[in-house]
Amino acid sequence: MNGTAAEAHPRPVRMPRVRRALGGRQRTLLAAALAALALGAIVGAGTLLPDARLTTDLGARNQAPSLANPFGTDWLGRDMLTRTARGLTTSLALGAAAASVSALLALALGAAAATLGKMADAAVSWLIDLFLSVPHLVLLILISFAFGGGARGVAIGIVLTHWPTLARVIRAEILALRGSEFVRVSRRLGTSNLRIATGHMLPHVFPQFLVGLVLLFPHAILHEAAVTFLGFGLPPHEPAVGIILAEAMMHLSTGRWWLAVFPGLALLAMVRAFDVLGDRVRALLDPRTAHE
Amino acid sequence: MTAVLTYLAGKAFRLATLLAAVCALSFWLMHISPIDPVQAYVGAEMMLVSPEQRAEIAERWGLDEPPIERFALWAASLAQGDLGTSLIYRQPVSTVIAERFAASLVLMGTAWTLSGVFGFALGVIAARYRGTLTDRAIRWYCLTLASTPAFWLGLLLLMVFAVWLGLLPMGLASPAGVRSDDVTWLDRLRHLVLPALTLSVIGVANIALHTRQKLIDVLASDYAVFARARGESETGIIIRHGMRNVALPALTVQFASFSELFGGAVLAEQVFSYPGLGQATVQAGLQGDVPLLLGAVIFSTLFVFAGNLIADVLYRAVDPRTRAEAPA
Amino acid sequence: MSDLLDIVDVSISFTRYEAGLRRRTLRVINGLSVDVRRGEVLAVIGSSGSGKSLLAHAVLGILPGNAHLSGSMRFVGEELTPERQRRARGREIALVPQAVTSLDPLMRVGPQVRWGAPVNGNGSQAEAQRRVFARYGLTPEVERSFPAQLSGGMTRRVLLSTAVVSGASLIIADEPTPGLDPEALAETMRHLRELADENKGVMLITHDIETAVTIADRIAVFYAGTAVEVCPAHDFLPDGAALRHPYTRALWRALPRNGLAPVAGAQPSYDDLPDGCAFRARCDRATSACAATRPALRSVRGGMVACIHAA
Repeated sequence: MNGTAAEAHPRPVRMPRVRRALGGRQRTLLAAALAALALGAIVGAGTLLPDARLTTDLGARNQAPSLANPFGTDWLGRDMLTRTARGLTTSLALGAAAASVSALLALALGAAAATLGKMADAAVSWLIDLFLSVPHLVLLILISFAFGGGARGVAIGIVLTHWPTLARVIRAEILALRGSEFVRVSRRLGTSNLRIATGHMLPHVFPQFLVGLVLLFPHAILHEAAVTFLGFGLPPHEPAVGIILAEAMMHLSTGRWWLAVFPGLALLAMVRAFDVLGDRVRALLDPRTAHE
Repeated sequence: MTAVLTYLAGKAFRLATLLAAVCALSFWLMHISPIDPVQAYVGAEMMLVSPEQRAEIAERWGLDEPPIERFALWAASLAQGDLGTSLIYRQPVSTVIAERFAASLVLMGTAWTLSGVFGFALGVIAARYRGTLTDRAIRWYCLTLASTPAFWLGLLLLMVFAVWLGLLPMGLASPAGVRSDDVTWLDRLRHLVLPALTLSVIGVANIALHTRQKLIDVLASDYAVFARARGESETGIIIRHGMRNVALPALTVQFASFSELFGGAVLAEQVFSYPGLGQATVQAGLQGDVPLLLGAVIFSTLFVFAGNLIADVLYRAVDPRTRAEAPA
Repeated sequence: MSDLLDIVDVSISFTRYEAGLRRRTLRVINGLSVDVRRGEVLAVIGSSGSGKSLLAHAVLGILPGNAHLSGSMRFVGEELTPERQRRARGREIALVPQAVTSLDPLMRVGPQVRWGAPVNGNGSQAEAQRRVFARYGLTPEVERSFPAQLSGGMTRRVLLSTAVVSGASLIIADEPTPGLDPEALAETMRHLRELADENKGVMLITHDIETAVTIADRIAVFYAGTAVEVCPAHDFLPDGAALRHPYTRALWRALPRNGLAPVAGAQPSYDDLPDGCAFRARCDRATSACAATRPALRSVRGGMVACIHAA
């Protein structure tokens, strides 16, 4: 962290000073960069660590964390760091893909509610209420169950449960834009609806959409992990982080703490990194906080 | 009076349409699921059913009918309070839910109260010392908690308090192998501590961050500035004006969080094998107990609706600004 | 020298951190001197952004944390230290705030007013509050109401009551009149005059010169964070010929009854207050000497003025 902070600033100054001296904007950028770096490291480790570390090695079973195996090994001698990185990468890919589709759904429904008149608006509002009326986790279980579990069930579940809040944001944003002076003026000047949509709406709604998308990731990943942990998500041969933790639970009484501690900590770090990233990107895009 | 009736009628209509939609959605999901519909309807007695009886049942229940008519049949029995029979517990679903929910209610109620009190206190402290290290620490703690998987926190607590320190039991709601009449309340309490702790630690984040923001807004309000000008101390302002203006929104937020509370309870009950409705929901899903799963979905919808309704009513009943038209 | 409030050469600046290492200091009040005496109404007038309200907060010691204050403020002959301000706030110096949202929306009006009443031999706090309410024609029903149930005029009277019930000897009324109809406006002015006649000092902060002139004994004119003229109120009355500062004269000409001639140009912003006289860019009498140093207040014909040309 020290190194990165010094690089972001022309002169190498001691860390505490830099933190205070950096403007809010630089600090926001720095936090966003660090979060992106952390996420890159997880995906990098997940893809680059060799498969050999995942093969059963009965001679290296149940080893506590060491330099060779920083996260220890499991009851089959598999390296927990590699398993965790793989599991997180799987969770990330699944969560991000599902969250992206969910965000697109939110964009479509939010835009429809804001532009297609009263009936459409009421219908979307009602849909939003409907999907917020059942606890997310229960709905996820129900949907996963209906689709016979597995990656497909979880993905569809996440897509169907995560869009309502973002749809509300986008609806409000478009409604505000439609009422704004410059859109009304261009409409009076005869600008076509399509041009207004692509020329005025899109540039304003897109940043909101982007931030909403990034902030959906952590939710999606946490829910994927939870559903998988409960046994509805990915099957055991796809070691998502929820599976790793569910297995760790079975070995809890053996005192092999590293099986649960590190994968969970890594999951927490990943979710937090996404939260920070989304939050900072929002701060950068929001004119009200950009000057702080 | 008419206003109250209109309000209640509106809410009742909302609940009715919501329940109808949730039932339709659930039914459709079960319809496309790979589960055998006869098994889904017959439930517990499935093992005793011969192929001939099976066909008979299918006819009697209209299982060969188109989905719409089957839905109508199912909805009709639902309306009479018949949720079917649980496959796993071999009891009417309503009985299972009632028993299980009683256990969950103890757990959720404890966690809800604890997280509300601690979250509110943390939020007040953070706002009182806003901008200081204390505030930053509380905020960091809350944001980190919001990113923490509840089930992992449960695992950690189990590991520390049950495995290492041996202070508290590993799971269940009472000691295994003890007749329920012989279980003392201390036993029950010891079994409740860890799941309730897991659930309340996670629940603190939302209420604390909300209270902090609300109180900071209050402390920057015109009436707080004027109170300062009148010589009220900062602590005095928080006690006299802050609490009054923040307590109700906080309580509302707490009631509106029933959805997250239920979701958290599902995870906590699973980790601690706590025999509540959340665990029953998971088992129903894993073992294909369709009547129980549908019952749990409908019941949890009612639970969330109740929380939102209480939040809404509280706001209307207590805030004098919404009663401004009718002077006291 | 004043027997109540004496402000000498007070400056207030705010420190702000901007992008990078730059630290900026915004000087909002700049070498301001003014005083308030017992038994008088001093009207402080000036356009928005001239630092009027900030002065009220400075006297009460409730400026935000990043504000820096220099100069001297004395109250009843004692230095206004933070500790002295803490004791004076709400007891010896009372504020009548500008915002009608200054009452706690969830607290009944009576208890809010009552809180500031001194606990002494003159009956209970509730009795003190009821006496003041009776004086201002506020019914017992108002006492039991919530702020949202009051009309704008009633709210203004309740806010004035908070100052009166405290028994403070200095009352700072910060724009207490916006939103009042002419009748209520005159009534508020009458109330403030009464308080001065009871030997209290009243500082009336306003931008409504014509109303201020009707009850004030003296007028202090603020421009760009400083007092450019402090003079008897009657100097404003007949033809404005007695006024000393070019800005005051321009204000006088801008009054509706004098033809609404606007003052050309704009008040400089805090970011770049010029050296020398802040008004010189808009002044037809400006010379190179005006740019050299900021003119100090000096006595001219029974008033004070900060202009080197005044005679």
